[in-house]
Amino acid sequence: MAESVLRLEDVTMQFGGVVALNNLSMEVNKGEIVALIGPNGAGKTTAFNAITGVYEPTNGAIYFMDELLVENYPKEKMKKLYAGENNGKYTKSVVKTPDVITKAGMARTFQNIRLWPSMTVFENVLVAKHLRRTSNLFSATFRGNRKEEARQREEVAELLRIVGLDDVQDELSTSLPYGKQRRLEIARALATNPKLLLLDEPAAGMNPQETDELTEFIGQIRNDFDMTILLIEHHMNLVMGISDRIYVLDFGRLISSGTPDVVQSDQKVIDAYLGVADEDA
Amino acid sequence: MIEKKKGSKANLIFALGLVVLVFVLEQLLPSSSMLLTVIKKSAIYALAAVSMNLLNGFTGLFSLGQAGFMMIGAYAYAILNVPTDQRAAVYQYFDGGIIQFSITEGISSVLGNVAGLIIGVLLSLVVAGLVAAVFAYLIGLPVLRFRGDYLAVATLGFAEIIRAFFQWDKLGPITNGSNLLRKFTNLADFNIKNSTGQVIINLSTTILVLIVAACIMIIAMMINSTYGRSFKAIRDDETAAEAMGINLAKHKMTSFVVSAFFAGIAGALLAMYQTTVQAAPFKTAMTYEILLIVVIGGIGSLSGSCISAFIFVGASEWWLRFLDEEKYNILNTHILRSGFRKVVFSVIIMIIVLFFRKGIMGENELNIAGFGRWLKRLFTGKKKPAIETEAK
Ligand SMILES: Nc1ncnc2c1ncn2[C@@H]1O[C@H](COP(=O)(O)OP(=O)(O)OP(=O)(O)O)[C@@H](O)[C@H]1O
Ligand SMILES: [Mg+2]
Repeated sequence: MAESVLRLEDVTMQFGGVVALNNLSMEVNKGEIVALIGPNGAGKTTAFNAITGVYEPTNGAIYFMDELLVENYPKEKMKKLYAGENNGKYTKSVVKTPDVITKAGMARTFQNIRLWPSMTVFENVLVAKHLRRTSNLFSATFRGNRKEEARQREEVAELLRIVGLDDVQDELSTSLPYGKQRRLEIARALATNPKLLLLDEPAAGMNPQETDELTEFIGQIRNDFDMTILLIEHHMNLVMGISDRIYVLDFGRLISSGTPDVVQSDQKVIDAYLGVADEDA
Repeated sequence: MIEKKKGSKANLIFALGLVVLVFVLEQLLPSSSMLLTVIKKSAIYALAAVSMNLLNGFTGLFSLGQAGFMMIGAYAYAILNVPTDQRAAVYQYFDGGIIQFSITEGISSVLGNVAGLIIGVLLSLVVAGLVAAVFAYLIGLPVLRFRGDYLAVATLGFAEIIRAFFQWDKLGPITNGSNLLRKFTNLADFNIKNSTGQVIINLSTTILVLIVAACIMIIAMMINSTYGRSFKAIRDDETAAEAMGINLAKHKMTSFVVSAFFAGIAGALLAMYQTTVQAAPFKTAMTYEILLIVVIGGIGSLSGSCISAFIFVGASEWWLRFLDEEKYNILNTHILRSGFRKVVFSVIIMIIVLFFRKGIMGENELNIAGFGRWLKRLFTGKKKPAIETEAK
């Protein structure tokens, strides 16, 4: 039986009166590559932000490894504004900050790259190891954590070798070409030792050759790290080629889901994308 | 990494060399020498600037409470170190005050005068830092959770309020109200005297520089640790930092509290240097002076802060003094008169800020090993070794 890694139940995300995510339920199982697609403004990034703790969902629940991670219901002024369904179904308010969720085993990349510009490639990845430290401020300052520091540096070097960034490890992260910056962001997320990797448009702005390399890279991550991956992507070649299952969002609502074949031939999906210029479809 | 280790060793030797130089100067120069005064004051300002840089430069939190935390440190140190037999005189308007012990005196009575002085003063400095840190923690609790410039406003307000508070009459039995605190253990107590009371070895400047160097070294070690790297990540992009598992509230608090701790020590050292303490001079203007030192030295450069502290204090207290003297009457213009020094000083600072946007050092650190290699090349006439492999 499939082991559930991530499960969303009726997640609704409202910004005032704007319903960015409406009653989204979805599931990602261990070892899967699942894609979340949809036209611009469909609510894909919002879904990521709700999952990773950047936003508190207005209503609904999120489970990680079958344990409740986040749950919320409309309170105070949202009570009146709430436009979603399942009112009253959720009664607990469990919210977590992003760092706690990352520690639990989820790591993400950003649609608009967010590397730390003053740091080298190596340091960018090394900082992502900070959350797995056992040292405290005192022992770290007075170098009582030598062993841990050395081990983490070793792990980072190894990771950079695997993802093929070891030759540029001492360069400033922002001096890398675009494709490598994306790769570095993925490496940084991997450094937190996640069980689930969330990639927000990893191929955005890449040329076809870079996109092919990335597709291969994502497959490699799944195999090498035994990783479960949820990704947002507009490049249909990439999505259809790599995903086990696909969820399609439009105006915050789930309009279709299933294997690439099923989704591709779904009339609702075709309608949603109609009129939207799509270079790859 | 090996390179880095060598570099830090070279820096350590360089710092020790400076301390030795100060020691020698102190024996050769009269104790009233301007150079020694500038060294002392700039050492204290360097520590204050470095502690501010930790927060404003390395963590990206803009705080303006430095003078406030320094004042707390100065008071904590002074209050705890007035000898018991002097308390009646110092707290003359408050019946000798309510605190009736001196840390240094107390420890001296157990361990003897020398060990008591050293341990007592070091312990008092730590206590002074801790008191400032506790205040920082209490301010940080409500303020650090917000993004943006709340911290600057809150710390600025705090520094002003606490200054008025310490001068409050009702607090007189502890703070001596608006009166001077004096007679506490100071830097001159470290000078070694013979039986007739004559100073035979001057140590007051050396001991100060030594303490400051140790504090700055600890801050540098922290910045180069996994915590310091996380501070930089927060400064560079806090959304990404949080997404990579860094607890923003906790790390910002850590940086804020540590910064206040060392500002408190800087304040205590200032008290030791001045031999008296009063709330009045710890104004916002002092915070701005320190901020200016940080900016001139380079936001994000510790050695920059140190160099700039020396230049700043030297220029404002010493090298530009002649501009105030009317006896140098250039072309009969009488342009040189009292106050002209400040005009020139402001212009110089404006020029530096305009032309060195990133300060003297930018985000770089003084690298003694690298400097040594550069000197060697200069003398042997060898060119910088060409970079062997082109990046492909
Ligand atoms: N913080 C916010 N405040 C208000 N509205 C928001 C906020 N974040 C997202 N939205 C709105 O939610 C909707 C969905 O945005 P989202 O960024 O999730 O889209 P997306 O599917 O990721 O689109 P794209 O493909 O362009 O990245 C948009 O209408 C957006 O304006
Ligand atoms: Mg998006």
